[in-house]
Amino acid sequence: MAKQMHDTPMLDQLESGPWPSFVTGLKRLANDNDMMVDLLGQLETSYQTRKGYWKGGTVGVIGYGGGIIPRFTELKKDGKPIYPDAAEFHTLRVMPPPGMHYDTNTMRKFCDIWEKYGSGLIAFHGQSGDIMFQGCSTDNVQPAFDEINEMGFDLGGAGPAVRTGMSCVGAARCENSCFDEGRTMRMLVNNALDDMHRPALPYKFKYKVSGCPNDCMNSVQRADLATIGTWRDDMKVDQEEVKAFVAKAGRKYVIDNVITRCPTQALSLNDDDTLAVDNPSCVRCMHCINVMNKALSPGDDKGVTLLCGGKRTLKIGDLMGTVIVPFHKMETDEDFEWLEELATEILDFFAENALEHERTGEMIERIGLTNFLEGVGLEIDPNMISRPRMNPYFRSDDWDEEAAKWAERSAQ
Amino acid sequence: MSEPRMPIESGVPEMEPYLHPVLKKNYGQWAWHERPRPGVLHHVAKSGDSIWTVRAGTQRQMDVYTIRKLMDIADEFAEGYVRFTIRSNIEYMVSEESKVQPLIDKLEAEGFPIGGTGNSVSMISHTQGWLHCDIPGTDASGAVKALMDDLHHEFTHEEMPNRVRMTTSCCQINCGGQGDIAINIQHTKPPKIDHDQVANVCERPSVVARCPVAAIRPAMVNGKPSLEVDEKKCICCGACFPPCPPMQINDPEHSKFAIWVGGKNSNARSKPTFHKLVASGVPNNPPRWPEVSKIVMQILNAYKADAKDWERIGEWAERIGWPKFFEKTGLPFTKYHIDNWRGGRDNLNASAHIRF
Ligand code: HEM
Ligand code: HEM
Ligand code: SF4
Ligand code: SF4
Ligand code: SF4
Ligand code: SF4
Repeated sequence: MAKQMHDTPMLDQLESGPWPSFVTGLKRLANDNDMMVDLLGQLETSYQTRKGYWKGGTVGVIGYGGGIIPRFTELKKDGKPIYPDAAEFHTLRVMPPPGMHYDTNTMRKFCDIWEKYGSGLIAFHGQSGDIMFQGCSTDNVQPAFDEINEMGFDLGGAGPAVRTGMSCVGAARCENSCFDEGRTMRMLVNNALDDMHRPALPYKFKYKVSGCPNDCMNSVQRADLATIGTWRDDMKVDQEEVKAFVAKAGRKYVIDNVITRCPTQALSLNDDDTLAVDNPSCVRCMHCINVMNKALSPGDDKGVTLLCGGKRTLKIGDLMGTVIVPFHKMETDEDFEWLEELATEILDFFAENALEHERTGEMIERIGLTNFLEGVGLEIDPNMISRPRMNPYFRSDDWDEEAAKWAERSAQ
Repeated sequence: MSEPRMPIESGVPEMEPYLHPVLKKNYGQWAWHERPRPGVLHHVAKSGDSIWTVRAGTQRQMDVYTIRKLMDIADEFAEGYVRFTIRSNIEYMVSEESKVQPLIDKLEAEGFPIGGTGNSVSMISHTQGWLHCDIPGTDASGAVKALMDDLHHEFTHEEMPNRVRMTTSCCQINCGGQGDIAINIQHTKPPKIDHDQVANVCERPSVVARCPVAAIRPAMVNGKPSLEVDEKKCICCGACFPPCPPMQINDPEHSKFAIWVGGKNSNARSKPTFHKLVASGVPNNPPRWPEVSKIVMQILNAYKADAKDWERIGEWAERIGWPKFFEKTGLPFTKYHIDNWRGGRDNLNASAHIRF
């Protein structure tokens, strides 16, 4: 039995309603956990005053410079914490397996460890993709980490470092998967563990991996290096299934929701209710495959598209990742080695050339895509642009040489 | 004294040991899938194997009792394996169809809503807020809990024209990310500077560099080195606050919510897009933020009534046009909707395309 609960009239109002309530969970923990009693006290104060009361600091584990998010209370009276048992409430960021799969035994072990050393509150998962073990005293951070680490789990990234990666469920349970997303994500992150655990980059760097252009991992908007599956041969069409779909959904539905919704007018419904696909016009957007997933599927010659520079607001505004490699196979060990080397190249270039607190997208905006490509040893490709330049502000002294390169590349 | 324990720098663990055996066996060999009902996916592998997935909403920040309960359900009603989606929904995989209904019944009896698949409003991806972040203007878990109570029907049914993926962020940094609807803190007053603190804690150059509009200058205040903010220039973004806590941007009254629509990461049909501002000045009103819910419901109701099948909210707005969007949602159009940031002219109508 823990110490007496504080009154929480505002938080109590979040216990009603049909959605599972985190407040009910916090209160349950507070039954026998003083840290949670005081956490509820501080949180209720925030609800009353509409102010936050945490500040950062430095807390870590031996051997690493990141992965712990330190939190100390600022809610004090006469220099003493008003809620002393939650005066330290640190988070351990721990990397899940790719695809966030678990067996029940592992989950139970997490619970036991966190009941022993922490508050008993775990978030599955943070926006960066970590398991967040929330609420730990400074003293308990090391032993909690040690036990989690012995289970085979490691800390994720925080600060100016390589951050925890994310990959979609993909090959494990999705017919759209164009490569081994889990292997790719693991390889990318595990190749950069030094830059993850010892933060010394200009700013954060994120890898996200999606098995197809549906981009379930939101990589185009959030990853410094987005790896998205695609294919370069014809999409696969099972005409019998197409006919079955048309028979069931109706021609009007198929015309209104499949044929006319193709962004590049690559589809046409034949008179016999089979589908004609103009594959060179198809941009692999996934729409028709999503609607008719039994009839249509990605082709056999699969691989990945790489995009670089996605990020959120700070400082110059949101940026999408843009194409830096239109297509590369991702099947053999050599393919994976190629990606590992390229990712290292990009990370090194970022480390050396980005200004402090600049993400890859901002760096590319500042120096220009061509300089970036040259720096990391990639060749230009018209797939990297939506349209050519629309202004005459460039110097083209060596136009002829550049044009010759194109001829050379095209001849290959 | 014994040697300190050094970490085993093992990185991301392997997936295999945690993978349901049917998923392991058919890795990369899936053929197609269907959704027999909201919250249930049925995937069929090329081998002919089937797996049924039951998806349930959680509160994301879970106490160990809730987690153990979910694991008991996994052992008793499923097959001992679970996974989580990017939006904190839990998924149970079972290899026999007969296990689906009892699993659903048990989860529902324990208060976990079944849904979040297909054309539903899935769980709102959210951030930390007052519970754990050092810079929040509001609480993420609370706002999300209140909204999901209102959206329970839309989570458990697939009645929207296309999927709706929402996000919240408790500061303008926006950990929550892009969304069909994004609900983000928007400050309306420049930071109040705590000059005593600046002298003690602040790395002045890094704060000055952080400001997107160069509104911060080093200054001497009361004989001590401090900072000053050109309040006319300041756009109240809050970027100076994380590196410099004395730049107090959060304000109980003047930190409001802005609501954005039309963010989309998928490449399906249109290219990925960022979300666009549709409403601001919404009060930050804990514990249930009713004003936020009201606007979200206005947008969702108009979208549900008017959009075509497969149209995401942003695609719908682009088709009917922004004048109609504001008309149909009943939201006011203001001068603040007109983009004046870098590259903002791209967002003006450079054509005679006008809808009447
Ligand atoms: C001491 C400072 C900071 C701490 C402790 C911190 C903590 C966090 C945490 C815990 C998350 C995950 C949130 C969740 O999943 O609920 C997160 C995500 C994020 N943070 Fe921070 N943050 C800090 C500073 C910043 C700054 C200065 C920026 C931007 C300039 C920033 C941008 C982001 C973004 C964009 C995400 C979402 C990332 C994604 O998933 O793509 N953070 N941060
Ligand atoms: C004797 C010298 C020049 C004369 C008489 C002259 C005359 C003009 C005239 C009559 C216009 C059209 C204004 C309008 O659209 O109403 C114009 C536009 C312009 N001129 Fe000149 N110009 C001269 C030199 C230059 C030079 C040397 C440059 C650049 C190096 C230049 C750049 C421009 C530009 C950029 C525009 C605007 C084009 C547009 O936005 O449509 N002009 N000039
Ligand atoms: S990104 Fe594509 S392959 Fe990955 S889970 Fe989503 S639809 Fe499937
Ligand atoms: S995948 Fe997209 S672009 Fe390609 S045919 Fe289908 S709808 Fe058209
Ligand atoms: S959105 Fe801002 S306040 Fe909220 S968790 Fe992220 S950094 Fe903290
Ligand atoms: S709030 Fe933003 S615009 Fe205002 S001073 Fe701080 S960084 Fe600059």
